[in-house]
Amino acid sequence: MYTIPFEHGLLLASALFALGLVGVTTRRNIVFVLMSLEIMLNATGLVFVVGSSRWGHADGQVMFLMILTLAAAEVAVGLALIIQLYRRFKTVDIDVLSQLKG
Amino acid sequence: MFESLGLLPTFPLLGFLTLFLAGSFLPRGIIGLIGAGSIGLSFLVALSIVMPFLSGDSDVTRHVVYTWLSVGNFQSEFGLYLDGLTVVMILVITGVGFLIHLYSTGFMIDDPSYSRFFAIMNLFVASMLILVIADNLLLLYLGWEGVGLCSYLLIGFWYSDPANGYAARKAFVTTRVGDTSMAIGLFLLFTQLGTLDIQSLMVLAQDRWDIGSGFAVAASLLLLGGAVGKSAQLPLQTWLPDAMAGPTPISALIHAATMVTAGVYLIARMHPLFELAPNIQLLVAFIGLATLLIAGFTAMTQHDIKRILAYSTISQIGYMFLGLGVGAWSASIFHLMTHAFFKALLFLGAGTVILSLHHEHNIFKMGGKWRQLPVAFASFMIGSLALAAFPFTSGYFSKDEILIGALAVEGVGFWLWFGGVVGAFFTGVYSFRLVFVVFFGESRGHHDDGEVTGLAMAIPLFVLMILALFGGFIHIPVDSVFSHGTELLGTHEEHSVSTFMHAVMIAVPLIGIGVSYLFYCANIFSVNNLMRLPFAKSLHALWFSGWGFDYLYKLLFISPFLWLAKINRRDFVDTFYAGIVVLTVFGNSLSVRSQSGLLRWYILSIVIGIVLLVSAGAFL
Repeated sequence: MYTIPFEHGLLLASALFALGLVGVTTRRNIVFVLMSLEIMLNATGLVFVVGSSRWGHADGQVMFLMILTLAAAEVAVGLALIIQLYRRFKTVDIDVLSQLKG
Repeated sequence: MFESLGLLPTFPLLGFLTLFLAGSFLPRGIIGLIGAGSIGLSFLVALSIVMPFLSGDSDVTRHVVYTWLSVGNFQSEFGLYLDGLTVVMILVITGVGFLIHLYSTGFMIDDPSYSRFFAIMNLFVASMLILVIADNLLLLYLGWEGVGLCSYLLIGFWYSDPANGYAARKAFVTTRVGDTSMAIGLFLLFTQLGTLDIQSLMVLAQDRWDIGSGFAVAASLLLLGGAVGKSAQLPLQTWLPDAMAGPTPISALIHAATMVTAGVYLIARMHPLFELAPNIQLLVAFIGLATLLIAGFTAMTQHDIKRILAYSTISQIGYMFLGLGVGAWSASIFHLMTHAFFKALLFLGAGTVILSLHHEHNIFKMGGKWRQLPVAFASFMIGSLALAAFPFTSGYFSKDEILIGALAVEGVGFWLWFGGVVGAFFTGVYSFRLVFVVFFGESRGHHDDGEVTGLAMAIPLFVLMILALFGGFIHIPVDSVFSHGTELLGTHEEHSVSTFMHAVMIAVPLIGIGVSYLFYCANIFSVNNLMRLPFAKSLHALWFSGWGFDYLYKLLFISPFLWLAKINRRDFVDTFYAGIVVLTVFGNSLSVRSQSGLLRWYILSIVIGIVLLVSAGAFL
């Protein structure tokens, strides 16, 4: 069976993580920020999967399942918050929603 | 027997604690019972101590309850001391104190703070007893400050009126001036003689210091400062008339009978020290003389019934100081006792008048009240006769002794005597001015509502009437205490005084009463005619204001102090602390900038932070 090299997997994960980070820092729409966050989470999940296949160990897979659950929960809460924010402020622009500044 | 000396202040102290802690839960009857009963028990204890003392079974006693402080070679004991002087004082304090407490159970019955009143009164009596039975100056000072505190609390008893609070603060601050002087005096005595025990102090002082030596003069002058403040003598007399803001029984107990005479007690107790400084002793006499004259003038012009009595108290304590100054120690203490009787009687009588007339203080709004207020009238009549030294009342004997004592002094003696006699004339005038204006003549308002009197209020008045009339026949057992003093400064026995002088001393107060009668009762002379004379108005204003001392002190002390406080409003010591505040605020404004509220900024900061940390971990 043809196996993807370990380094490739890591590079893909890094690229995904960087993409997510750029998305989080540059997007102003809070929905996209949340999506970028998901990409970053999945990038880390990928690192776990790649690592587990490299060393033939199941722990990484288990960890990925946990991250998946976590992400699902996070999205549920995050989306609910976004809906509330939108109802209250009629906007999803995070620069406008900066009430906590000092 | 003398172990029970310690019980003397214990009962009032227990009464104070009970009323202070549980007073608000107790019914009024119980509060009155505890308040007056504790003093009554003290009086019984005092009697049980005094009886064997008077019958000669026992002599001067010293009893140490426990060691209070012991630091290095300094030791102060909770020591009690009993001699003739103490006997007189404890009998006056517990006896008159009990009568006044009994009166208060009736007088204060409608007051919402009934228990607070009795709590502080009991604390006062306890402090006063500690003051007089202390055998060392430190313990005496404890009582001294205790009575000052109670005086403050009771003058400001009706604290909801700011004027009363002001009067209380004035009394406290003014006496504090004297107390500070006294404290420095104690330091001086301790550093020089190494003890504060009064008896050994006196022996040491006579051993080590010559007559008129610098230390003796300084120490006695400093103690005199304390006495002057407490006893409202010149120049610290201004607080006493304002102290009348308190309830009337307070004025009777604290500001007439007991606390204000603490200064007299102090000087009498320390008399060997004063004998070492004859100049200071003479100063005491002149302070007394000046005070009694100044207060006498002022008392003639006042129209508040309690202020008249306050000035007359100042004047009578002036007599006691005069007596102390001329070395007539026992006469002074005798006058202290008789004054406690008749002045307490006058104040309690005034309380009845004020209560019956719905808190009216102005004597010119009374008049013709003798029929309506028979008990108060009798009290005032007898009290004023004793105050004016009418022959064979109590005041006559004691004042007579003081004046004869003054005459015995070489040199200035005659003038001291003369001043005292002039003061006696004024005493006659102002005391009977009060009686005539309030009880005789036309009624000027306040129609008949009957006299407020119950048994609790009437009994003390009757007892005090008897004491004021016949108190002069009591022989006080202080000869052994002052035996040394009478030898030194000649004697105040009668043989040195001519019959003429005696006649003058009897006649002058009667003339004063007569003058007062002509002006205020028979209306043969009229004050209004007198006021038309040139200068009369300004003279009256000067006397009425108590010779302008309040104004003078405001000018000399209060205004400069306020001015200093004003220019130093931003206290320059605070600059350092203000600097710290500025620094903190600056740091805060810096860190506030990082709280931009921009999520991206936060994320970038986190990322940069992680990168820095990880790279630091990787490369170091």
